[in-house]
Amino acid sequence: MSDVCIVGIGIHTFGRTDGVSGLEQGVFAVREALSDAGIEWPDIQFAYGGSDAAGNPDTMVERLGLTGVQFINVRNGCAAGGSALFSAQMAIKSGEFDLGLAVGFDKHPRGAFNALPSEYNLPDWYGEAGYMITTQFFGAKIMRYMHEYGISATTLGRVAEKAFRNARHAPHAWRRDPVPLDVIMDAPMVSDPYTKYMFCSPAEGGVALVLASEKKARELGKPLVRLKAAAMRTRPPGSFEVFAPSIDVERGGSATNIASADAFSLAGIGPEDISVAQLQDTEAGAEIMHMAENGFCRDGEQEQWLAEGRTEIGGVLPVNTDGGCLACGEPIGASGLRQVYENVVQLRGDGGGRQVPGNPTTAYSHVYGAPGVSAVTILER
Amino acid sequence: MRSIAEGLFTDGAPPRLVGGRNRETGRIVFPCPEGSDFEPYPLKREGKLWSYTIQRYRPKSPPYTGPEDFTPWPVAYVELPGETIVEARLTNVDFDDIEIGMPLELTQVVLDPDAAEPVLIHAFQPKGAAS
Repeated sequence: MSDVCIVGIGIHTFGRTDGVSGLEQGVFAVREALSDAGIEWPDIQFAYGGSDAAGNPDTMVERLGLTGVQFINVRNGCAAGGSALFSAQMAIKSGEFDLGLAVGFDKHPRGAFNALPSEYNLPDWYGEAGYMITTQFFGAKIMRYMHEYGISATTLGRVAEKAFRNARHAPHAWRRDPVPLDVIMDAPMVSDPYTKYMFCSPAEGGVALVLASEKKARELGKPLVRLKAAAMRTRPPGSFEVFAPSIDVERGGSATNIASADAFSLAGIGPEDISVAQLQDTEAGAEIMHMAENGFCRDGEQEQWLAEGRTEIGGVLPVNTDGGCLACGEPIGASGLRQVYENVVQLRGDGGGRQVPGNPTTAYSHVYGAPGVSAVTILER
Repeated sequence: MRSIAEGLFTDGAPPRLVGGRNRETGRIVFPCPEGSDFEPYPLKREGKLWSYTIQRYRPKSPPYTGPEDFTPWPVAYVELPGETIVEARLTNVDFDDIEIGMPLELTQVVLDPDAAEPVLIHAFQPKGAAS
């Protein structure tokens, strides 16, 4: 079977853009991606769009052109973008289409996500008593992990420090001013052990990717960035998820474990073959835990990895080269596609001040979301 | 004083939390889910701290119905050996004294003492602490 290639990428700057709707940010990204691919909107045969809080993606045909294009909306929590991309590549792999679009955008109100128990099949008392708080889960999960595997708070701080340092060179990032480690560590606690710099914020942004069959990609004359694997999986028994009034004594793996293993199997390579990785870092500890959950190191080795700078731009495995969610914020529908956007930039060698040296040839992306979903992609050029 | 929801606690003294036991697999969860797959199962009153964090900011209302004036409280996961790991507040403990593995016992706290009709929620405290 021929590979699916990414032939066009576009992004609307993440962060806060007052007066511009989420949908408009998505449209902006689509136009950039079309231009990058050297095609026009009527060339697009199908689209999958993800948005969590900024309206139905298919309504963007009003802005882009009423070509009658097949446009399917995707809603899958934090994996919305990854799910849109997965669906788009399947449409091409099936032989049904040659050229299509995966797009994601969002625009969230300021402050923590405000979830209601009924949306998660939970009793009302759970929210009334103050448990519908994602940061509680994040805090409790890393606190256990630190206890089991000897990860220090300083290591969490180093993750945040790296994010802001990398974002300085990423024009699409939101928080682009470096923050010293001691400022990160001494900042007010939000949910222990995390200070305010160790959590990402809900944000705004849009990303679009144009996908093509290999034959079509060659016709367009673009460098062949191949989507070697795209996997989306849900949780196994015994995982620890957000909004859990109880968890099983018998502990199990995670949706990430499964999605990652399947993606490596599909691509026919292993973690040691990856040149650059974008790992879900909605909080600093998530990047730490996801390094191990995706197979890049063993539990506990992150302490040494971070101290030695192995995940820096020039390290053995650069992680979150555009600053990740910590520096870009998290517009849910766009966040997973941002990772793939960044990977294409890196594989094309267009990263500028944040470019991974040595002509990287393989790139990995990973998202995780409530209530236990994960999407992974592997790109090659 | 009534509890925040029907069926969370047993009627006995001291009260226990009511979990659910899967009739087929024996898996124990909290709270007891609706429907016929689970039967109510009174949980152990004692366990040990599995993990925790401190809630440092006031949760948004709705859905939160605690006091307007906010003071931070610890949120814990408490392992009840052989049963399940329950999410609950910790009470009667200094934040600096909280340690994973510490022995805990079930108690109840008032969600908002100034409410028109105050309600009780479940919490754990260090074993033997004065409540």
